[in-house]
Amino acid sequence: MSQSVSSQRNSLRYRSRLLQPEAERRPDTHPLTWRLRDDGEVVWLEEYLRKDGYQSVRKALDEGDPQAIIATMKEANVRGRGGAGFSAGLKWSLTLQGGEMPRGYMICNADEMEPGTFKDRLLMEQQPHLLIEGMILGALANNSFYGYVFLRGEYVESARVLNRALEEARKAGWLGADINGSGFDFDIAVHTGAGRYICGEETALINSLEGRRANPRAKPPFPGQSGAWGKPSVVNNVETLCNVPAVILNGADWYQALSGDRTDDGGSKLYGISGPVEKPGLWELPMGTTGGEILDRAGGMRGNRQLKAWLPGGASTGFLLPEHLDLPLDFDTVGKEGSRLGTGLLAMAPQEQSMVALMRNLEEFFARESCGWCTPCRDGLPWTVKLLRALELGQGETGDIELLDKLAADCGPGLTFCAHAPGAAMPLQTALKHFRHEFEQGVSKPRGKAHQDPIPVGEV
Amino acid sequence: MATIHVDGQSYTVNGAHNLLQACLSLGLDIPYFCWHPAMGSVGACRQCAVKQYKNKDDDKGMLVMSCMTPAADQTRIDINDEEAKAFRASVVEWLMINHPHDCPVCEEGGHCHLQDMTVMTGHDRRRYRFRKRTRRNQYLGPFIAHEMNRCITCYRCVRFYNDYAGGTDLGAFGAKDNVYFGRYEEGVLESPFAGNLTEVCPTGVFTDQSHSERYTRKWDLQFAPGICHQCSMGCNTSPGERYGEIRRIENRYHGEVNGYFLCDRGRFGYGYVNRSDRPRLPEWRESPDSEPVSFDVDDALARISDALHHARRVIGIGSPRASLESNHQLEALVGKDNFSNGIEAREQACLALMNNLQRHAGLPAPTPREIESHDAVLVLGEDPVQSAGRLGLSLRQAALARAEALGESIGIPQWNAEALKTLAQDRYHPLFIAWPASTDLDDVAEARYPMGPAQIARLGFAVAHRIDPAAPAAEGLSAEDEQAAGRIAEALMNAERPLVVSGGSLASEAVLEAAGNVARALSRRAKRGGLVLIRREANSTGLALMGGQPLDWALDELAQGNADVLVVLENDLYQRMPAQRVDAALARTDTCIVLDHQRTPTAARANFLLSAASFAESDGTLVNLEGRAQRFFQVYDPVYMRPETRIHESWRWLHALTVNQRGEKAGDITLDTVIAACADAHPVLAGMTGAAPGSHYRIDGLRLAREPHRYSGRTSMRANQDVSEPRVPQDPDSAFAYSMEGYSGYHEPRQQVPFAWAPGWNSPQAWNKFTDEVGGHLRGGDPGVRLIHPVPGQGSYSQPIPGAEGTDGLRALILPRLFGGEETSARATPIQQRTEAPSVILSTDDAHRLEIKAGDTVMLGEGLTLLVLEQADWPTGWAGLPAGLVAGLLQGESITLHKPVGGEP
Amino acid sequence: MMATTPQTTRIIGSDGFELHPADETAMRKEMAHYEQPQAACIEALKIVQRRYGWVPDGAIGAIARVLGIGPAAVEGVATFYSLIFRQPVGRHVVLVCDSSSCFLTGFDELKQALVSQLGIDYGQTTEDARFTLLPVCCLGACDGAPALMIDDDTYGPVSPDDLPGLLEGYP
Ligand SMILES: Cc1cc2nc3c(=O)[nH]c(=O)nc-3n(C[C@H](O)[C@H](O)[C@H](O)COP(=O)(O)O)c2cc1C
Ligand code: SF4
Ligand code: FES
Repeated sequence: MSQSVSSQRNSLRYRSRLLQPEAERRPDTHPLTWRLRDDGEVVWLEEYLRKDGYQSVRKALDEGDPQAIIATMKEANVRGRGGAGFSAGLKWSLTLQGGEMPRGYMICNADEMEPGTFKDRLLMEQQPHLLIEGMILGALANNSFYGYVFLRGEYVESARVLNRALEEARKAGWLGADINGSGFDFDIAVHTGAGRYICGEETALINSLEGRRANPRAKPPFPGQSGAWGKPSVVNNVETLCNVPAVILNGADWYQALSGDRTDDGGSKLYGISGPVEKPGLWELPMGTTGGEILDRAGGMRGNRQLKAWLPGGASTGFLLPEHLDLPLDFDTVGKEGSRLGTGLLAMAPQEQSMVALMRNLEEFFARESCGWCTPCRDGLPWTVKLLRALELGQGETGDIELLDKLAADCGPGLTFCAHAPGAAMPLQTALKHFRHEFEQGVSKPRGKAHQDPIPVGEV
Repeated sequence: MATIHVDGQSYTVNGAHNLLQACLSLGLDIPYFCWHPAMGSVGACRQCAVKQYKNKDDDKGMLVMSCMTPAADQTRIDINDEEAKAFRASVVEWLMINHPHDCPVCEEGGHCHLQDMTVMTGHDRRRYRFRKRTRRNQYLGPFIAHEMNRCITCYRCVRFYNDYAGGTDLGAFGAKDNVYFGRYEEGVLESPFAGNLTEVCPTGVFTDQSHSERYTRKWDLQFAPGICHQCSMGCNTSPGERYGEIRRIENRYHGEVNGYFLCDRGRFGYGYVNRSDRPRLPEWRESPDSEPVSFDVDDALARISDALHHARRVIGIGSPRASLESNHQLEALVGKDNFSNGIEAREQACLALMNNLQRHAGLPAPTPREIESHDAVLVLGEDPVQSAGRLGLSLRQAALARAEALGESIGIPQWNAEALKTLAQDRYHPLFIAWPASTDLDDVAEARYPMGPAQIARLGFAVAHRIDPAAPAAEGLSAEDEQAAGRIAEALMNAERPLVVSGGSLASEAVLEAAGNVARALSRRAKRGGLVLIRREANSTGLALMGGQPLDWALDELAQGNADVLVVLENDLYQRMPAQRVDAALARTDTCIVLDHQRTPTAARANFLLSAASFAESDGTLVNLEGRAQRFFQVYDPVYMRPETRIHESWRWLHALTVNQRGEKAGDITLDTVIAACADAHPVLAGMTGAAPGSHYRIDGLRLAREPHRYSGRTSMRANQDVSEPRVPQDPDSAFAYSMEGYSGYHEPRQQVPFAWAPGWNSPQAWNKFTDEVGGHLRGGDPGVRLIHPVPGQGSYSQPIPGAEGTDGLRALILPRLFGGEETSARATPIQQRTEAPSVILSTDDAHRLEIKAGDTVMLGEGLTLLVLEQADWPTGWAGLPAGLVAGLLQGESITLHKPVGGEP
Repeated sequence: MMATTPQTTRIIGSDGFELHPADETAMRKEMAHYEQPQAACIEALKIVQRRYGWVPDGAIGAIARVLGIGPAAVEGVATFYSLIFRQPVGRHVVLVCDSSSCFLTGFDELKQALVSQLGIDYGQTTEDARFTLLPVCCLGACDGAPALMIDDDTYGPVSPDDLPGLLEGYP
């Protein structure tokens, strides 16, 4: 291979990075990222230990009170960073333990496939031990005997780093039998996936982990009652788990205070931005940072483009408008605007972007990634795709938009088996609300002949 | 019990149900697809949405899936809510997007759940204007046709086939809107319960291929309540006829016996009824080699009567595949002292022992449904799926029910199927199988012990001894077997309701006595257990109750010249005894009279062959392995479409002969009379009169219709023969009419339902309308009457019978098999296609000794070539041969295998 | 569970497919990570795929026998996951991210360029069996959009002009 070819390959190679210099990141304000290096190299065990690594595990093991971990986590109200924002502490308090219950599993959801999301990768590729530490704490709290990092198959680099870090941790006695002389056993394996967005849904993830088709499971029973192999299991997102060590070390109040008076949700958050902006990237910022601040950090829209609409946290969140840039990006505030915080990684659409085309792209994603289990998602979403394609081509028929309204409504929460289809419905509903005229422009034809009013069928 | 409020009305329902089941049980209609009463809920199709309100004050409510919502006390829902209706309409519309709308050419049409639900939701206009997806179909074997375009992705097929029935070759493939249900590669579906897919699939993806060539819509078929004649399980069937042929067999719901499912032998084995070579007229032949001559009924009766009249002594050989009525009528003709039940002596001894054990071993015989709630099972010397088809499915459910027990401990309701499955994983209730070959239940068994008959018996005795030290110990067990006995005893004792399963397949009284001892021991230790004993044929239990001499006796009497005339009822003697013995007996018989509906080797030796009715053209009573007397009814009158035929119930023929014999004028007999006579003559059978209502039974003053009310073409069916339409046949024997006139509704509770139909419910799901609660019992009571009742106490233990193992050479170990192992169904083409190639299983030692290896072929006798299968743990000294392969070969007989002449095969 | 006799002999699939002994060893090692052998199913498919580039029909039965599960379960898994290939692919698989952030930043042009330079569309393989082109879910490289992946390497942002040089690295 010629010199130039390989150098071009290297220059094009994607590397996960944080756009905050080391100087800006401090242990007391940037619990997730203060240890990361400016050169983007991995923080291996030795360096991690130097930077207070595994202190929280040591503390928790010394205290020997798993219930206290849960209590602290509950008080800190660390809300799930996988997108749903459910309190991790509360989840942990519901895990079945004791009595006849077998010990179960601590599962890290590292399936990161939500369009627009690229945060977990950074944490795994540059600072694997923080995640491992978080998982050990989670295991302690939930009495788990084994852990899995359910990692999407495409994250080859994450797998490499994690596996080496696990080996380091095992050798150093942070994993395995009798961790640090505490009598507590816990180990972790990396389980890599083979594609499909739905594997990120926590119960589909468990099915996938068990080597089955990744159809979600009904809840209840929740994974905490009957999860992997029927044992009590906890599924948490990478970022959620990476928050745990600092919470345990510094306490709930400290964590709450990290967001100042921006919001009621405490802590910091890995926010990011993508789309046609000057400097797409990732930052650890206080929870409740506004979209405007993040867009500013990214240097604004690329080349004087105007912002038309934005997704606050992935493809499954609802569209917000430029006027929403001032809102604190926390779980409840965004929720009130007909959207969701989701993963907190913003995707920006410029003025010239056709919303019909963008919606078509999003629905193609959701239709393609449907697991095929429940009807509205499996058969309803492809219909939305076809209608959107028709509208995009200007071949829509009268009634198509109302049909889209109904399809989106029918894919709402509770109507489908899992939250995948509602994730597809939310951007569609908000796009139809905010940009209806664009969709209407695609309607050029009267309703087809076959669609006459139904004649009532007789009583049977 | 819970009170729920539906559309403003209050109802009391079973609180353990989900809302869908509760509402359907109330007779309310909610459309659904993925839910199935036997398989629970998974919430996939989203068709069953209803509006649920939090409380009285909630006026907004929320849509929920009724199948996934518990019927908790004070639940308030609306089925008729506008939003719920609109959502349900959307769901059907989505399901129909890719559906081919090919109802006119679809074999599901007319009994299609998808059609019913589409009509129920009011969907009748297509708005989707884009291209449909199309698929390829697979060849799935002789039973099932595959048309994937019709699939609505409800996942029922794989849930039944894999989760319920334990299959591993059918699956769901692909994802998104491209989910394909089929075999992992094209080929024959392996599960012996695959046929149920035709009923489980709510549309026409899996249809009955045996029906296909001579297809008739459900509404154009004539039905009668049937009892499967293909094994001792006694599944209730709904055979459908058109133009004098049985066109298909469907399941007839029975809350205790077969529920919603049949095995494939029962469903696809009916072809013998339609064979063109069936005797349809009485025949006479001078001697075995002369050509048969057909003649008329009166002639036949006269000439046979004459022969009987001049006989020194007439011996009658009955049959465990014929009804009680026919057997009784034969006994009445020849006299008790001259009656044999047609069963070989050892089998008969086993049957008698089984009846005895069911009375005196201290444990009751559970119904198949009850079997499913036993939490530990020991199978001694049986391969239940092969020997009793549907029973194997019940035993599988018993093992799987561990999931429900586990679920209960963390509050997962019984209907939450996927949750229970993922909770339990591969944890099953303990199931132990002592059987030499692999069985279809091995995958859910804790252990299978590959033993020969004597060792199986010893294991059983040892188990009994472990449970109750007062039970005699077995001698000569290996340490390994002792350990096994210990483990089994422990599991049975830890169970709430242990179950012992055994039967006659090995023709070993020792095995049965051992099973009896285990039952007695459990009973003495105050266990609420059960004892299931598998018999070979549809009426084996009944014949053993009826009594009579064994077949050996009859053949001996004839061979010794102690009788000169023989009457054989629906029995091929060559299947039961070695040919020399039968030949020897027949050689000394002056006149041999055979009644049968098949041309068997025995029929070929008859001087008089009387064209007997099969189950489809006759009524009668069978006693199944639970001791349940069940009535089957004539589906059609063979004379209606083929006026020239003279097919009659054997009991009618025999009665006519009896009457003639007495020199009386042949007054006809009716079913009611023959039942009464049989019950009179056999006090143990007295209960049989109550097995079904008599011929005078009416509902609202009406007979019961055999035909659906949309039955078409009656006036033209025979137009090619005669332009004037004959009067429909009259049925003197039952309350059923050969007509659509008569009662066919579901409002009036009834036991005897020829076909299930209710307005808006054309598919087999219509059974929901006939049951007290969905998946429960028929509102009129589940049909049949138990004739065998356990006697209080346990009787006394039997002493272990020393085994006769260890002789040199090979002995036949005949392995029951579902396809090909039963004489009549083996005459049905699809069953023949599904029957495996002749083979013999040998232990590695024996194979070595004989210098043959797996894959070789060997010869048994002159004409039979067998493929050699080697099984490492197979008991040495035994040659495993499939049942039905070598006529007249008896269990345990010595055999010699030799290499084919002419060098290498 | 039945005590299954360990399979020590070579495992031969239905159409003459023969599982490589090293692959079987690797699968058995994976099985040890889980409570139930079925969990190694996806990994087992990937092991086969690493050797052949795809999962041949015969591998389904062979994997089923190693894991002690039914072949339909294996095929169900093999056909569910998008990165298990049940048809032959080229020596290199190009996965183009078509999700929203890439869509907003030039996916269309990049995809067009790929199609015209390779002469194939999604699901197709170049005649020289060098490349197969497939779409993929968001690669988690949105700050480097538009992104694509070739074999195990992720690239982004990639412009149409970068393609010739980039592809050259994959002979
Ligand atoms: C379709 C779908 C995809 C999801 N994908 C992911 C994912 O890739 N990563 C993730 O952490 N959570 C994902 N989730 C959310 C998880 O179901 C679950 O809520 C989360 O892992 C819980 O962890 P947390 O409480 O720490 O956020 C997804 C949810 C849905 C419905
Ligand atoms: S909503 Fe979609 S992804 Fe979720 S279960 Fe239903 S089909 Fe599967
Ligand atoms: S029947 Fe309730 S979701 Fe299918």
